[in-house]
Order: sequence, then C-alpha cells, then structure tokens
Amino acid sequence: MGSLGSFWNEFSAWLPHVQLAHFLIVSAILFALGIYAIATRRNAIMVLMGVELVLNAANINFIAFSRYSTDMNFDGQVAAIFVIILAAAEAAIGLAIVLNIYHRFQTVNVDEVSSLKE
Amino acid sequence: MQLFDVVFYVFALITILSGCVVVFSKNIIYAAFSLLFTFFGVAALYVLLHADFLAVTQILIYVGGILVLLLFGVMLTNNVISVEMKTGTIQAIPALIIVAIVAGTLAGLSYSTWKGVAVPAPGGPQTTTGTLGQMLMTSYVIPFEIASVVLLVALIGAAMTARRHRNS
Repeated sequence: MGSLGSFWNEFSAWLPHVQLAHFLIVSAILFALGIYAIATRRNAIMVLMGVELVLNAANINFIAFSRYSTDMNFDGQVAAIFVIILAAAEAAIGLAIVLNIYHRFQTVNVDEVSSLKE
Repeated sequence: MQLFDVVFYVFALITILSGCVVVFSKNIIYAAFSLLFTFFGVAALYVLLHADFLAVTQILIYVGGILVLLLFGVMLTNNVISVEMKTGTIQAIPALIIVAIVAGTLAGLSYSTWKGVAVPAPGGPQTTTGTLGQMLMTSYVIPFEIASVVLLVALIGAAMTARRHRNS
C-alpha cells in the first residue's frame, strides 16, 4: 500500500495544476461516453450523437498536443479543422440515411432494422 | 490554483456532466439539448488552449449546424405528438463495464505518459486565424481542396438520399 499512497500523494499534488494530461483525461472520458452511446443506444440519432462526442474528444486531443508541443505549431489545429469538416459531412449523410430508414421501416431503432431486402 | 485552473475545471465539469446527460438520458430531446452544453464546454476548452478560431468554428458549425440538423432528425423521425420520446438501451451493463475499462486505461496512460509536460509552447501569434489560413493555402492545400469536394459530394448525396421517391 506504500506505493499506492505515494502515487496518491503525487496525483493529488499534480491535479490542481492544469497541464496537457488534464485535457487528455477530459478527452478520454468524453470518448468513452461517446463509445457508450454508440454501443448501447437503440435510436439511430443517439448513435450519431455518440459519434459527435467521439469526434469532439479527438479534436480536444489534437488541439491540446498542438498547444503543448515544443514549438507552437498549428498542424494539430489544421487537423481539427478537417475533423470538423468531416463531422459536418457525416452528420448530413447520416441523417439522410436515418430519414430514409424511417420512411422505409417506420422506426429508427438500429436493432429492429435488420433486413437487407424486402 | 490559478484562474486558468479554476476555469479549466469549471468547463471540464460542464463538458463531462452534460456529456453524461447526453448518454444516459432517456429523453432524446433532453439529450439533444444537453449536447449543446457539451459543445459549448468543448469550445471553452479550445479557448483555454489558445485556439480561438477553432472555438468560434466549433460554436458555428456544431451548435449552428450539426445540432440543428440532429434536432431536425429527432423531430422528423419521432412521432412527436403521439409516441413518447423515450429511447431504450441494449446491453447496457456489459457496455458500461467495457467503456469504464477503456476510459480508465486511456486516462491512466495519458497521466503516466504526459504528466511531465507542463510548460505550454511559448507565445505564438495573438490570433490563430491568419496562421491557419496561410497553412490551409500552402502546406495543406491538397487536403483543403479535397475537403471542399467532400463537402460538395456530401451535400448532393444527402439531398438525393433524403428526398422522397415519387414512384416507390
């Protein structure tokens, strides 16, 4: 238990001073929430919301590493711009597909839409 | 704790708590509106990371575009008047366990690997917009053009996919 105690002392001394790893941990929690929504929600739109959460978590990582790199380079921020662009395209296409599924099956629950051909 | 740390913890709490509401809420309307606060919290984290252009872009595109699109999807695919708006979950307990393991592993790896990185990069320009624009026009011009083509294809594809077919 000594190692655990020393770890806890180090962790509690580290916690109040916000650094790179704080942003990474927030991003990890957001990513896990998004994965949970993708895996468990039955409504297809909730699955899309989970995808948005995952993309936001990735963006936080990109920008945090860009900020805390040795020289302030902007490659991470450019990558985040492309992630946002692709998120917009993904949301539009995904919702179009969900609307089509609703017209065809009268439901958007992903576990009920399981037939490939009528 | 300095002001930076306090502001970080406030916005990180807003982000994570509203993210939890998004994921665990039974009501899909509550989830959609809670996603609004998640996006705003993430935008505030971008501001703390000196990414002002991306914070504004986040608010404009996510809140102004994607969230409105998701709300349209909710309104169009649920029978708002008659059916209840609640949605269920499947396999919640195993997914919760696995996701908790994933989050713990990622957070622990982040802490053990990057806890020494404390000093942010010095200075840089006051605003990032000009630098980002120059980078998009010079070293990232090919991905930039491809992204514009992707947006055009997504626009046409979404319009073609979502319209009703008369003869079917």
